[in-house]
Amino acid sequence: MDFMVFQYPMITIQACLDGILLGVLFALIAYGMALQWGVMNIINIAQGDLVILGGYIAYFMYLYGIHPAWGVIVSPFIMYFVGVGIYKLVINKVVDRDLFISILATFGISILFMQLMNFAFGADVVLANSGYGTTFLFDNNVVLPNSKIFSAVVSIIFAICLVIYMKKSKLGRAIRATAQNARAAKILGVDTEKVYAATFGINAALCGVAGALISITFTIHPYMGLPYTIRSFMIVIVAGLGNLPGVAMSGMGLGVFEEFADYLLGTEFRIGSVFLLLVLILVYRRFKLSRKREYLK
Amino acid sequence: MKINKIIVSFISALAILLSTSVVSFAKVVGDKIVLGAAISLTGKYSSNGVHTQNGYNLAVERINSMGGVKVGGKTYKFDIIYYDDESNPKRAAQLAERLISQDGVEFMLGPYSSGLTKAIAPVTEKYGVPMVEANGASRSLFTKGYKYLFAVLAPANLYLDVAIDLAVEKNNGKPVRIAQAFEQDAFSQDVRLGILEAAKRTKSEIIIDDKLPKELNDMAATLVKVKQMKPDVLVVSGHTKGALTAIRQIAEMKVDVPMLAMTHCDAAKLSKQHGKNSQYALCASQWHKSLTYKDKFFGTGMKYAADFEKKFKYDPPYQSAESSAALLVFKDAFERANSFDKKKVRDALAATNMQTFYGNIKFAPGGQNVDKPMVLFQVMCDDSGKCENKVVAPTKWASAKLIHPIPSWSKR
Repeated sequence: MDFMVFQYPMITIQACLDGILLGVLFALIAYGMALQWGVMNIINIAQGDLVILGGYIAYFMYLYGIHPAWGVIVSPFIMYFVGVGIYKLVINKVVDRDLFISILATFGISILFMQLMNFAFGADVVLANSGYGTTFLFDNNVVLPNSKIFSAVVSIIFAICLVIYMKKSKLGRAIRATAQNARAAKILGVDTEKVYAATFGINAALCGVAGALISITFTIHPYMGLPYTIRSFMIVIVAGLGNLPGVAMSGMGLGVFEEFADYLLGTEFRIGSVFLLLVLILVYRRFKLSRKREYLK
Repeated sequence: MKINKIIVSFISALAILLSTSVVSFAKVVGDKIVLGAAISLTGKYSSNGVHTQNGYNLAVERINSMGGVKVGGKTYKFDIIYYDDESNPKRAAQLAERLISQDGVEFMLGPYSSGLTKAIAPVTEKYGVPMVEANGASRSLFTKGYKYLFAVLAPANLYLDVAIDLAVEKNNGKPVRIAQAFEQDAFSQDVRLGILEAAKRTKSEIIIDDKLPKELNDMAATLVKVKQMKPDVLVVSGHTKGALTAIRQIAEMKVDVPMLAMTHCDAAKLSKQHGKNSQYALCASQWHKSLTYKDKFFGTGMKYAADFEKKFKYDPPYQSAESSAALLVFKDAFERANSFDKKKVRDALAATNMQTFYGNIKFAPGGQNVDKPMVLFQVMCDDSGKCENKVVAPTKWASAKLIHPIPSWSKR
């Protein structure tokens, strides 16, 4: 174990800031997952693959000489229709079924997407260069790439817009109503089929934004989706459904946790530590629930 | 009804029998020597798999058009049966089995990557089928005592140890402080072993020794440590994603380090994807087109590169060059063995001592090529931002002088 992160205060600050900036991005992906999980009761294993697909859209814009930051606008637009398409083809057949069936279905979509992306874009690791510089803090001891700051700011803007949209717009209200009680909403005239399609589309669009940001900040590759699925799953589990401040907080918490795990245990255990945390939280939750159940008995 | 069934099953049995008996003579059909290869045409290694296949195909075409292979006074042409192993070791082993026992192939070409070669080698060994491979550099391939495995490339532990020697030389022969980050796969860990040996030899100290995960896309933590500890050399090996991530984050975080040594720069198309940010990176390579080795099929490296570019419309990475060399080795061995007996061809392969455009080839008892040093090139850019890879070490092949130490980011 390497305790360097605690020995130098500057490294501690660096790790915290890196973690928070990263966490905001995770939270955006997790928010999409929480939304459609809450509304449709579907755990989308293909979440990470939608993210990567969104990243490829930004990357192709970059290849054709358009600044990849525009991908933040274009990618969700395209991804919305991809999401609606997936809903119409597959998800609408599993939406009222057992949770297990939807997991299998989205797992299948995930594999299909990976292979299709590999087939279409090749197996090379790619990235889009934004050309944004670097911000130096604390006498050059803490460095923050502007691309990371950009991605955090864009994530926050999109999250805020979405919250306002869900509160004010007609579709937003319909989505919330369906989430509360699909049957009642249907009786009151809400076209739940449409709501489901829109929800899945919005989720895919959020993944598109996140993907574009990831192609600017990190790298993308057809097989890199799963870690993003796991992270968002974990954030949603911790925060609970329909709890946006919770999603934001647990996203940032996860980001900081990852950074510290990276310093303490080594980069190789970074994703591993997320999995471990997930297991611990699930066990803890079960433990708490079983105690509650006993108490009720 | 019953008779019908019997007839159908009889005919299908006959068909199966016929098909197997026809293909089991497939090793040499008419005037063709049939080689088998499982290659990653899909899956995560597909881009390098295609480079490998292109290398094989170019060499087959060239050798066939220049008279083919002469064995026992008769001229034969090369032909290759390819299967797609989907970048999956299990599948590769199955395909090797199928190539040998069903298709009757008696001579194999290697797949792409150390991992897949490792999966296939036990199969070819079991059947005593000679395999010349060009893309598995892991040292563990050559320590298992395989008798039928021959690699035209230098083993992985020799990839970057030259860089440490170079750093020590630039430090007036004094030991250096090394920071290193390696992925945890067979290949990168072998590169790491090479660095450890070089560090021991030069009494250098390893101050950061990080491991990278296979889903790597963020190595900020390692780089923060590098910034804090200021090593003399930073060594990174994590396939293309390692090279791309390192360059991106070094540039973004403005990490100053006197020497940066990596693997997989040309596979990652570093200078294309990162432009000037990749400048001064030192990269290990099995081959570079400016090397002055020669043979009568491809001429020089420059000529090979030109021919390759004409046919496939891109600059050949070393993965293609070494794959082409594998065919030259087979041709040479067949002609010296003057036979298609697997054992005789194997012995001829073991006695190979030749020069190709790719480099000298001579196999150690373990099967690795010991006669071809690795080269290091440095990414150098001109003012217009156009970047090129120039060989800087070993000095015998150098086409440019090493720029050392790397200028700090504030001065670029």
